[in-house]
Amino acid sequence: MHRLDPRAKFLLVISIVVTSLLFTSIYVMVALLALQLPLLLAGRVARRWVYSLRAGVFLSVIIFVVNLFTSSVYSAIALTLRFLVLLTTFSLFFMTTSPDDLGLAIDKIGFVRWLSRKWLGYPNALSFTFTTAVRLVPTLAADAQTVVDAQRSRGLELDKGNLFRRVRNYVPILIPLLLIAIRRSLELAEALESRGFPGKEGRVSLFELRLGRADYGLIMASLGGLSMSVWVFLHYHVPLV
Amino acid sequence: MIENVNVSVHSGEFVLLTGPSGCGKTTLCRCLNGLIPNFYHGELLGELLVDGKTVASQLTSEVSRKVGYVFQNPENQLFALTVEKDIAFGPENLGLSREEIRRRVDWAMDATGTQGLKDLAPYELSGGQQQRVALAGVLAMEPSVIVLDEPTSFLDPRTAEGVVKAVDDLRQEHNVAVIVVEHRLDLVARFANRIVVMDRGKIVDDGKLGEVLDRDYERLSALGIGVPKVSLLWALLRGDNLVSGSLPTHVEEAAERLEKLVHS
Amino acid sequence: MGENGAGKTTLAKHLNGLLKPTEGNVLVDGEDTRKKSVAALSRKVGLVFQNPDHLLFSETVRDEVAFALRNFGYSNEIIQKQVSKTLEALDLIGYADTSPFLLSGGERKRAALAAVLAWEPDYLVLDEPTIGQDYLQKERLRDFILQLYSQGKAVVIISHDVEFVAEAGPEVVLMSKGRLLARGPADEILSNGDLVEEASLVKPQMARLFSQLGDGFPRDVVEVHRAKMLLENRLSQVKPAVPQGT
Repeated sequence: MHRLDPRAKFLLVISIVVTSLLFTSIYVMVALLALQLPLLLAGRVARRWVYSLRAGVFLSVIIFVVNLFTSSVYSAIALTLRFLVLLTTFSLFFMTTSPDDLGLAIDKIGFVRWLSRKWLGYPNALSFTFTTAVRLVPTLAADAQTVVDAQRSRGLELDKGNLFRRVRNYVPILIPLLLIAIRRSLELAEALESRGFPGKEGRVSLFELRLGRADYGLIMASLGGLSMSVWVFLHYHVPLV
Repeated sequence: MIENVNVSVHSGEFVLLTGPSGCGKTTLCRCLNGLIPNFYHGELLGELLVDGKTVASQLTSEVSRKVGYVFQNPENQLFALTVEKDIAFGPENLGLSREEIRRRVDWAMDATGTQGLKDLAPYELSGGQQQRVALAGVLAMEPSVIVLDEPTSFLDPRTAEGVVKAVDDLRQEHNVAVIVVEHRLDLVARFANRIVVMDRGKIVDDGKLGEVLDRDYERLSALGIGVPKVSLLWALLRGDNLVSGSLPTHVEEAAERLEKLVHS
Repeated sequence: MGENGAGKTTLAKHLNGLLKPTEGNVLVDGEDTRKKSVAALSRKVGLVFQNPDHLLFSETVRDEVAFALRNFGYSNEIIQKQVSKTLEALDLIGYADTSPFLLSGGERKRAALAAVLAWEPDYLVLDEPTIGQDYLQKERLRDFILQLYSQGKAVVIISHDVEFVAEAGPEVVLMSKGRLLARGPADEILSNGDLVEEASLVKPQMARLFSQLGDGFPRDVVEVHRAKMLLENRLSQVKPAVPQGT
């Protein structure tokens, strides 16, 4: 699952998303969820998915309740399930795609390269911005923890006081963190230039994304599924319940 | 601001660039690979030549083909998501073919002993490993000069020794010129054959390490430079006429000479 | 002392309650750290982090130093007094109304130290205070630490600067891979080749010199002046040899 080309996987995501938006049927939603279960298991991300579902509980409840007032119970259930399908499919995509591969995939998209050239002057700049941001996440997270520790060691208590006070207490955390992030970025930029960035136009990467048989299989299955959904939508009425 | 800088460095030299905090050593280094004036605002008056060609007007990305730069903070010079990709970054920017990039990456990993780290992410590495990876990334560009700005600040002594020795090995094998900025002389004294001392923006001393130490150790100490303890010891003993000769620059040299005196 | 990743900073964080032990306990002045908040423990144990940029956020150096005092609830009068006193002690009084971000690297490190010394904790923990400092700055730091020590404060320094530690002569605790390796006086520990190697350190130059000089010389020499005296004795005993020229 992890080794499939992100472009193929994204096509799968699109076909699932479109299908779930075309229909308002509990059967369809359950079917879409069931379809993704083996994929989740194959990618060994089932446990993380369950965790992400818990995060989605709050919104699910809101969606359910709101729709309860505007239409029937069954409709509410279907729409809540649709939300879960969407959540699941995007989770599946991001959990099985490394930021590396994502960066490489973005770099291949003609539109992104064009945009990057217009905005930033270099075709690989945008995808690079993305991978650098991802690369910095764990580092800045560690910095944030250190700042919190340092300020607590000076008597800062983050869990005391009224709302106003608590918000103000975050100033000694945010300012150092912001400055550290800026400083890191500047140092990274220095180092980047010192390694020849941005380099020549026809720049070749050591690693390349290549579509394999499994990818083509997935692409065909996704396109097949998508066309089938559209055909069914145009010719039949799938009941709500 | 630095001024009146007239220095030439030859291939195969190991130059120690030192001076008190704020003397301009980092400023000088930044001029060497074009970060000044391209990245940092500043004016470069005068000429800077590498391999006989002027670099002052070139972009840092161009100059970095000739002058490699290893920064002080190991973590902030690794940008890719894996070690292998990071090392490949420089050669990729040079527009080389995939085979050539592969060859250089493998060679650089071999030369710095970082093969085993190739799939790890930067934040998973220790400081010493990060410095080695940064060094590999610079090496892969096959520069003729490598500048290292206080590369051992964040490293423990044993790891620091390892990194400096690796740099020296590379210098010997490939005849690159190495410039190391450091104010703890004992870490590099064993390897450096030349020292350039700066103070308040000017170069105040330049010559063979042994000679400069011998002549000026007091002044260097007064400037805040960490003169090796063995040199200081010898100077104290010499002051009492118990030993003679120029100051040793590192422990092995001092031990050899003292052994003869003590066991005669 | 110990290699990067040995657990020194982790241990330090247990001293003021930032981390609580999962087994065993940490006692500060007899009290279990698990029963007290970090703020309460910090009054006694001041922890100065390695990178001053993790601390500095105020508009002026004065405000920065006053921050902790305000958190601890001291009166304005006391705050004023303490701030001036601390700034004087660390030679930062000239920067009192400057923004901390305009200071140089070494000055910011002093400002961070001032921010923690402001409330005069009984125990002071410094995490790698010598990184980025030149020799003169380190000498000043060493003198300052010894002064605090002579005033009755307990000082814990985390450092991998072997020469700095050799000259300060404290009790040394070695850690490696999360465990305690050894504890003892600096000259004993730092001249022990096996221990030093396990902790990824190097012996101070004097110790290396004396271990190469072999028999007749003590091994636990780490400091230049003692080395000089020992060599003086030996050299004046031995008949003057042919002068060694190099």
